[in-house]
Amino acid sequence: MTYIRPKFRHPDLPKNDLGYTTREYEGSLSTLCAGCGHDSISGSILQACFELSIPPHRIAKLSGIGCSSKTPNYFLGNSHGFNSVHGRMPSVATGANMANRDLIYMGVSGDGDTASIGMGQFVHVIRRNLNMVYIVMNNGCYGLTKGQDSATADAGSKSKAGSVNPFQPIDLAGLALELGASFVAQSFSGDKEQLVPLIKAAVSHPGFAFINVISPCVTFNNNPGSTKSYDYVREHIEATGKTDLVPEKSEILASYESGTGTEVMLHDGTFIKLEKLAANRDPFNRMEAMNALRNARNRNEILTGLLYIETETEDLHHTINSTDRPLNTLEEADLCPGAAVLAEINDDLR
Amino acid sequence: MKPTDTKNPEYFHKVVDCQYACPAHTPVPEYIRLISAGKYTEAYMINWESNVFPGVLGRTCDRPCEPACRRGRIEEEPVAICRLKRVAADNKDDVRSFMPGIPSEMNGKRIALIGGGPASLTVARDLAPLGYEIHLYDEHAAGGGMMRSQIPSFRLPDDVLNEEVGYILEMGIHTHFNTYVSSMNEILEKGYDAVFVGTGAPRGRDLILPGREEAGKNVHVGIEWLASVAFEHTHKIGKKVIVLGGGNTAMDCCRTSRRLGGEEVKVVVRSPFAEMKASPWEIEDAMHEDIPIFENHVPKTYVIENGKLVGMTFEKVKAVYDDQGKRSLVPSGEPEVFIEADDVLVAVGQQNSFPWIEKNTGIDFDQWGMPLVDALTHQSTNQRVFFGGDAAFGPKNVITAVAHGHQAAISIDLHCRGEALTDRPAPFTNLVSKKMGIHEWSYDNDVVNDQRFIVPQAEKKAALSDRKLEVELGFDIQTAIKEAHRCLNCDVQTVFEKDKCIECDACVDICPTSCITFTLNGEENDLRTRLKAPALNITQDLYVSDTLPTQRVMVKDEDVCLHCGLCAERCPTSAWDMQQYLYKVTKAG
Repeated sequence: MTYIRPKFRHPDLPKNDLGYTTREYEGSLSTLCAGCGHDSISGSILQACFELSIPPHRIAKLSGIGCSSKTPNYFLGNSHGFNSVHGRMPSVATGANMANRDLIYMGVSGDGDTASIGMGQFVHVIRRNLNMVYIVMNNGCYGLTKGQDSATADAGSKSKAGSVNPFQPIDLAGLALELGASFVAQSFSGDKEQLVPLIKAAVSHPGFAFINVISPCVTFNNNPGSTKSYDYVREHIEATGKTDLVPEKSEILASYESGTGTEVMLHDGTFIKLEKLAANRDPFNRMEAMNALRNARNRNEILTGLLYIETETEDLHHTINSTDRPLNTLEEADLCPGAAVLAEINDDLR
Repeated sequence: MKPTDTKNPEYFHKVVDCQYACPAHTPVPEYIRLISAGKYTEAYMINWESNVFPGVLGRTCDRPCEPACRRGRIEEEPVAICRLKRVAADNKDDVRSFMPGIPSEMNGKRIALIGGGPASLTVARDLAPLGYEIHLYDEHAAGGGMMRSQIPSFRLPDDVLNEEVGYILEMGIHTHFNTYVSSMNEILEKGYDAVFVGTGAPRGRDLILPGREEAGKNVHVGIEWLASVAFEHTHKIGKKVIVLGGGNTAMDCCRTSRRLGGEEVKVVVRSPFAEMKASPWEIEDAMHEDIPIFENHVPKTYVIENGKLVGMTFEKVKAVYDDQGKRSLVPSGEPEVFIEADDVLVAVGQQNSFPWIEKNTGIDFDQWGMPLVDALTHQSTNQRVFFGGDAAFGPKNVITAVAHGHQAAISIDLHCRGEALTDRPAPFTNLVSKKMGIHEWSYDNDVVNDQRFIVPQAEKKAALSDRKLEVELGFDIQTAIKEAHRCLNCDVQTVFEKDKCIECDACVDICPTSCITFTLNGEENDLRTRLKAPALNITQDLYVSDTLPTQRVMVKDEDVCLHCGLCAERCPTSAWDMQQYLYKVTKAG
């Protein structure tokens, strides 16, 4: 097995606004199984950050434990990273975000890390609307411990060893909708054309952005009978429409035909463009999104794309009214303004 | 685009850039791998089979392979292919036991070869083992042709040349040295079943300018002068020498002059320096020997004082290019330049010359005096007469002459067997997987980052004082192995099997040089712009699969593929496999 990637790159690689090529967004060589869906998601994250021209040092990658949580090592090698405790990525992300609200937080988790051991943390981070991207690399099994059914395995799905899962799955996207997440999307690792724009939109969303990505485990859950195999997902996928992110400055440059889709303006002037939206889909209506998701599941379909977005959302910093300056930049003089200020406050209370 | 037809032997051949660019199509990566494995004899024999003169070519080849080398497209310098060939030649064991045997019973056919250079010797090498009786005619005392008469010993030692010419002459060739063939009719009358003309481009051009007659014997035609040095008729030259011309012959002339007493040797060319025809490394070596090169100087007159040549005058020009990029040299208006000289060597080109071929031989010539020769079969308008090397299509180089020799030998063999010359046998091809385990390959797939290593040279003072001392010392074995590791193994092909692919994108994500894309099919021009990295090098093919279940196709741009095997390593279903492709040009017999 080759663990060293040759240093040579294509001489004509496209450059982004920062003058970087994708090379500046690469991580080390993946040690996951060959063909793992997670690697494709890593590739999509890399591509999205490259296309958004985010300086790598402005991103913090956070993860828990599991195959999925190993992946931050394989993308954005020039970014900050924290590989935390199993299921505890959300609290580490919350702490980091509280300390430095200026970074972009890219949380990566798996179905075990989120839907089992980390469920408590997951629901609370949604409830608090922490400004972060939360990607679940969902393969329906515990790949790192040889493929036992996870909490997201569909009832009736057959494992590689032949046993059929008797339990109902936790629908993470449905749960996120239920708990009031302000951005919920679902995608498939094998569909970069859909996933990359979704990640870009999620990064631009000023609150909690959740993407549940079906990511086949080639080694333990890619067998006939599995509902998370490449073949099954491709056969049962149903897209809500095509999403694209139009950065603020290209608003004038981009010559989109009007009437071909819906444009959603985010607070920073960036547009999310929804094209070829499926009939009767309304991405701004939470109830409708929940119904669509449920209906698709009843038809044994996997609904993908941007399911729901709330443009006027308020993230945790806004809710708790914290200072605009990142806490980690506050000096002693800011935190302890002195006797005069104290006296002033005391006067107010008299 | 239509799915790529990898069954076409030329498709994967083209991916092996070096081999494809080589006129003789030597399997370069194969012998480079053998060198890094220390198997010099095997590496030599692969070369010998294909290019006949590995020791000679490892020192003097024009190296069309190196500009083609893929390594030159991903970093600054290609692999030192030529000098690695020399490593195989220098370090091999006795190879005589590997040489083809000569049948005890001959086939009764007699072939005449006119000229003893690389083309003729190649024909002899290919036909002698088949039982042909070969008669080789050459005006000089030994075989080798221009390799002996025009390439100086400090670039190509006599013993290297003698050894490789010897391997062929020892195949029972009937040599007629010191025999200048002055009549084609005489040869034809001897009843040979076929005649091969490999007489090269033997006539150097003189430069007739005012004063040429008075300058007399102090003006020499370059290739004639080199031959007379090689055959020990000329031993010295004046202290001040002007060499006219910017080709490799000029470089050999100036460097030889430095060794025969020339102290102030100057090369003067009409064109800009950047457009000189000589190989860059030859120019570099000349300049290293303190030979200045004057560009944009057009010779005007030979200056004679007291009946003796004292120098030349030149007009200074500048190059002007028209819309089509055609160059014209326009006088710059600067005063004429006078350069002192005791001797002038004229190396401004050479010509073909066939004064010995009579008009009634049935061999037709074109308006420029070149024989009408079929580009594929090398047959002239006289069905019994074949041409190859510089004699066929004008001055090229040794490796081209060898390639011609192989093709002519096939034609002669077919001709003698009464078969159609156009009915040529297909090349030998073989495609074998290099897979050893799940993630293991039986070739060294690591891509090393080393820059090209420099071949050490003999100390300048010693080199300039001895005409026969070889300047280049060749790589030592440690350096050779490091240089060999720079080879990207382009003959180990990335073979894609569409039916096994599950479209997981693992290959796309891992490919260090972004060669692979899965996308909707389209016309080639459109597809080239839609890839992960644009495929701008249109000389390199796109490898396109049939339509996959998602209606997309796999498109691989062959341009900068490192053949590192990561796509195949990351492929969960072995839809990608690394397979070694061996392509051998058809040979006679």
